[in-house]
Amino acid sequence: MISKVRTHPSQNEALLFERSSPGKKAYQLPDLDVPPVDPSDALGAGNVRAEIPDFPEVSEVEAIRHFTRLSTWNYAIDHGMYPLGSCTMKYNPRVNELVARTEGLAWAHPYQPQALAQGCMEIMARLERTLAEISGMDAVTLQPAAGAHGELTGILLIRALLEKRGDPRKKILVPDSAHGTNPATAAIAGYAVENIRSNGAGLLDVGALERSVTADVAALMVTNPNTLGVFEENIARAAEILHAKGALLYMDGANMNALVGIARPGDFGVDALHLNLHKTFSTPHGGGGPGAGPVAVKKALEPFLPVPRLKRSGKQWAWDYKRKRSIGRVRAFYGSFGVLVRALAYILAHGGPGLRNATVDAVLNANYIRKRLEPYYDLPYPSPSMHEVVFSDARQEPNGVRTGDIAKRLIDYGFHPYTVSFPMIVHGALMIEPTETEGTAELDAFIDAMISIAKEVETDPHFVKGAPYTTRTSRVDEVAAARKPVLRWKPR
Amino acid sequence: MMDVCGVDSAEGLFAHLPEAARLRRPLDLPVGISEYEIVDYFRRRAAENANGYASFLGAGAYNHFRPVLVDAVASRGEFLTSYTPYQAEISQGTLTAIFEFQTMICQLTGMDVANASMYDGSTAVPEAVMMAARLTGKGRALIAKSVHPEYRETLRTYAKNQGMLVEEFGYAPEAGTIDLDDLDRRMDGATAAVVVQSPNFFGIVDQVKAAGEIAHRRGALLILIFTEAVSLGILDPPAEPDIVAGELQSFAISPSYGGPFAGIIATREKYMRQMPGRLVGQTTDSRGNRAFCLTLSTREQHIRRERATSNICTNQALIALMATVFMTVYGKQGLRELAVQNLAKAHYLAARLKPRFSAHFFNEFVVRLEGRSPEQANKLLLKKKIIGGLPLAGFYPELSDCMLLCATEMSRCADMDALSEVLS
Repeated sequence: MISKVRTHPSQNEALLFERSSPGKKAYQLPDLDVPPVDPSDALGAGNVRAEIPDFPEVSEVEAIRHFTRLSTWNYAIDHGMYPLGSCTMKYNPRVNELVARTEGLAWAHPYQPQALAQGCMEIMARLERTLAEISGMDAVTLQPAAGAHGELTGILLIRALLEKRGDPRKKILVPDSAHGTNPATAAIAGYAVENIRSNGAGLLDVGALERSVTADVAALMVTNPNTLGVFEENIARAAEILHAKGALLYMDGANMNALVGIARPGDFGVDALHLNLHKTFSTPHGGGGPGAGPVAVKKALEPFLPVPRLKRSGKQWAWDYKRKRSIGRVRAFYGSFGVLVRALAYILAHGGPGLRNATVDAVLNANYIRKRLEPYYDLPYPSPSMHEVVFSDARQEPNGVRTGDIAKRLIDYGFHPYTVSFPMIVHGALMIEPTETEGTAELDAFIDAMISIAKEVETDPHFVKGAPYTTRTSRVDEVAAARKPVLRWKPR
Repeated sequence: MMDVCGVDSAEGLFAHLPEAARLRRPLDLPVGISEYEIVDYFRRRAAENANGYASFLGAGAYNHFRPVLVDAVASRGEFLTSYTPYQAEISQGTLTAIFEFQTMICQLTGMDVANASMYDGSTAVPEAVMMAARLTGKGRALIAKSVHPEYRETLRTYAKNQGMLVEEFGYAPEAGTIDLDDLDRRMDGATAAVVVQSPNFFGIVDQVKAAGEIAHRRGALLILIFTEAVSLGILDPPAEPDIVAGELQSFAISPSYGGPFAGIIATREKYMRQMPGRLVGQTTDSRGNRAFCLTLSTREQHIRRERATSNICTNQALIALMATVFMTVYGKQGLRELAVQNLAKAHYLAARLKPRFSAHFFNEFVVRLEGRSPEQANKLLLKKKIIGGLPLAGFYPELSDCMLLCATEMSRCADMDALSEVLS
């Protein structure tokens, strides 16, 4: 029945602190070529610490075994597909890892003389230009360290423009289908959040928008395609409505994998957007980051971009700090440069035609899954899917099985779960995004697994609810973890 | 596949898009290139940077030997290409490593709880200040001028939009430590947080205890910042801070032109629920095995949305993992020895020059130049393939005849001798 995986012993491994033995070491430092100093003399006696209590002491082989054993307990893209919606878990090209480690780039200090940092600056300038072309916008900042950081930057830019016009306004409109970072960002930017309900097709309700856009509204934050994977057909109209009232349109670019080479946000009325380099542009998720969240803007917002900006100075690049209207910095230094290198490498590898092909494949793969799973899972909205498809657990719920259970059973079939229970406008959502990385073998294996689980729900729902069965741990007690938080190891 | 989807061609997949939204020309980008050409492109860019220079720059990004194991572990596909560990059953590797990371940060800083990382040290500052504002209900922060200037700028950008007042207090002109009288004068009952850095931007071990007393007396929290994680190996963690926020770049990754780095926030147990960012907690599975999972998620954006403690989602997990491997390889003895080597190198160099400030310093110090400007001195040093210290004119106009020098375990005696020859 389950053909993609078979169980295999995985090594147990204690915590580093439990493996430690006094005096064991894994490091080597060269001998000092200068006279030693007494820390008490150099720092003041009261400033010198006693030893670090219970800090690890292991040998090199113990260290490598520790982390290798831990790694074998993870699922990863290198194992197989992640059907996570809006995460765009595509292949992380290894050449990206190699080029990011090029010595002259990896060891560049952000404050080294600009004449000796031209390579880094050229890379950043090229990436800015490329992302502007892809998004159809006029200027790009590479400073933000993640999507949410980019969202905050974008909203601060909008605030700055409105302030210059005399009134920053009070509210930001956020669709009820939005990712949680959108309202969280608006709050940090000092705005009140007003939710806009989606219409019956799960799309932006133009009538509701018209009623909601008052002189108090600074912007609408929209994701396009939306979190159902559907293109917002009225987005240009939404932009008109907003602009007519002096408000702006911010786009969350998390779903750009459906648009690259096909449609450009700048062409359908977007004033500012962020991109997720760790989604659309293949930089690795690394278990939760680093990412990068560049922000692309129309000309009107360009003066407010974070400082410094790259500018051409004769035949060289230079950092321009004289930006009177800038919102300031959103972080130290210039951006997550190592992540930017990886994204540029991906773009160079694909080129213009390749990037477009990737989009086509991503949308094709999602639609293939949709067509083949439609007979088994409820499709709450009939609108055409782009790079992701959202089902609901409506057909499984009568048997007492919910989307979370199906997801856990999928693990036994050798896959990471899809996105569970999001967006919230779908009751019991299953959000699936294959990306262009997956070929038919992996897609068919995923589809077969989902069909098999749908059948299991009919014949033995109780069994599905107890999944997963073949993992190192069964379902963990998240309730106990939150009720009595233990957030660090302590000696007995 | 297209048959299954019911389309004749790729165009059929996009036929439903409004025509006005469609890009009807190819992207104005070159065609894709081969792996060799990609490697060559970046090699040529790297050749346009400094190569083979000795560097005495610090100021928030530090040169340290990185054990080979750091990249060996971080390059494993199971860590590199894995997702955020929301599905605990298939993410125990990442979760266990983060739990160990959180523990080690607590051990180093003397705090009770640490999160799984922030973007970097600079953004950890506003996050810590906003946390203090939530905890105290107050809307003002006092930050030392001796905190990294770009960290202070970042705080200002965030604070402006939170209605948070940010004021600076100065440093003692001879010692280089914080001006306690200035802090005391500016302190009031409406202050949520006093923010100090130690070692501070000038490399100086600062008066954290005294700052804490002033803060606590008036009901504010003390936030301690660090930019040089290696200092944690030798400096006694003060008991006064309520929140520690800092930068782990030294433990994880080479300077990389400024990123990706990894920040950290650590605090007392009683403040735990107001922390931003991800937290990994220990629990059990149904068979009684110890297991780890993300926890206290009701603080976070995906649950609380506009009432979340922060909007942070993706953080710096892989960089934090690299720091975890670094801390493991060096271990209890090694982190101390590493810090002591840094002390020895910097103090050797300082003995040949005249530090501008009199207070104790770790691996960075300020030098005042006579006879030539810092910029002129650096030009001469470049001819010897040495990148000198950071001229301070841009950040501190009152110190425009000074530069900030950093020496680490990587600094060679011969280069330090050559540097001091030019500077003295």
